[in-house]
Amino acid sequence: MDKEKYKKLVDNCCPKENVLINTIKSFFIGGFMGIIGQGLIDFYSCVFEIPTKDAAPYMTITLIIVGSLLTAFGFFDKVVSWANAGIIVPITGFAHAMTSAAMEYRKEGFILGIGANIFKLTGSVILYGVVAAYVFGLLRFLMFGG
Amino acid sequence: MTFNFKNVYINDVATIAGPYEKKGPISKYFDKSYSDFYFGEKTFEDAEVKMLSESVNKVLEKVGKDSADVFISGDLLNQIISSNLTALNLNIPYLGIYNACTTSTEGLILASSLIDSKKIKSAITSVSSHNCTSERQFRYPVEYGGSKPKVMTFTSTGACSAYVSNQKSNIKIESGTIGRVVDMGIKDVYNMGGVMAPAAAQTIYDHLKDTNRDISYYDLIVTGDLGIYGKEILKKYMQEVYNIELKKYNDCGVMLYDLENQDVYAGASGPACLPLVSYSLILKRMMKGELKRVLLVATGALHSPTLVNQKKSIPALSHAISLEVVE
Repeated sequence: MDKEKYKKLVDNCCPKENVLINTIKSFFIGGFMGIIGQGLIDFYSCVFEIPTKDAAPYMTITLIIVGSLLTAFGFFDKVVSWANAGIIVPITGFAHAMTSAAMEYRKEGFILGIGANIFKLTGSVILYGVVAAYVFGLLRFLMFGG
Repeated sequence: MTFNFKNVYINDVATIAGPYEKKGPISKYFDKSYSDFYFGEKTFEDAEVKMLSESVNKVLEKVGKDSADVFISGDLLNQIISSNLTALNLNIPYLGIYNACTTSTEGLILASSLIDSKKIKSAITSVSSHNCTSERQFRYPVEYGGSKPKVMTFTSTGACSAYVSNQKSNIKIESGTIGRVVDMGIKDVYNMGGVMAPAAAQTIYDHLKDTNRDISYYDLIVTGDLGIYGKEILKKYMQEVYNIELKKYNDCGVMLYDLENQDVYAGASGPACLPLVSYSLILKRMMKGELKRVLLVATGALHSPTLVNQKKSIPALSHAISLEVVE
């Protein structure tokens, strides 16, 4: 049997992932996360009487802390297997990936363990996030003058 | 390549299992099972070593011996550290082996060959796998919860040891077939059943051809850890390529867990999967006389995260051991 034919046999035997339902679910859960974020921004700007722009980082920090705590208590991975990309794509997913790596490598020490591995999963997010910010910042400057 | 063994027997076995296996349908047959992943140790790696050492000590206790001529062992971790550290505490001459999840049958073939050629009289062959140690090495941190596809298998936690010698017992190691590496171009790291099925098929075919037997000779053929979908792939592949219908056949990856109620995707995997099932349930059934001839076909995906990242496909290997009940 050649490789092409074998691949077809494998595909026929294996179940298909339900892309449509997963997408719809992720869309709504992701949207719900957005509502929570907006709610937090409104909450902070109201309570501390600060502009919306200044309240946004408080919201980000809150979500990161909650995501990290839930990871540490062992809940987050169970939520993800149900909520999929809806909760992995927002900032909570970033916090989760970072915290889980930190917990994993804690036993190998602070420098070679946590230090060297904490960005194992999220390193590419940071790298390409910075590159993208630079590129789009430059485009914005060239097109609109800042 | 198939060897016939004249005078090699499994004197006894020991199985130590983890929490998921404890909740599975065959847990009552294990010698011991733990309720958590740490077993009272500080790291998962220490836990795996503890489990493997316990299985060796347990089998020695069961056969009433304090040592064997050779200790042959393997596991999934880099530099097979679980086996190395277990051997350090044992003080028995040691051969460390690695063929991924087909290590269990590889060990039995090596031990049987040494005993049958009268180089040694007895050997302990062991394997272990731990869900958390292998998960972090091959995939993601343990607490990381990316979404998992349905075809993925769940690495079993367990350590199994067999005491093999030239002293007669009820279970004879009758022959063993050394497999050839197969690569059918599958690159999906989650679909290990698809990667390994052709290797199992080739080894079953080689074994039947070398021994000049029909598939009906065996009361049961079990593969290692193909999972529910890999099992179907093997049946179809076997039929299409070799024109052999697998009837009295099952897969240990399907038998180890309660697939309806346990969150283990397509079933169990790992080097401990085949011996956890065959050293407990299958050997018990052989002792009861329900099965007389059994072919154990462990299946290993020779998976390397480095090669997969370099867009290479995953090769697979499978070794078989034939067990017979002696009256």
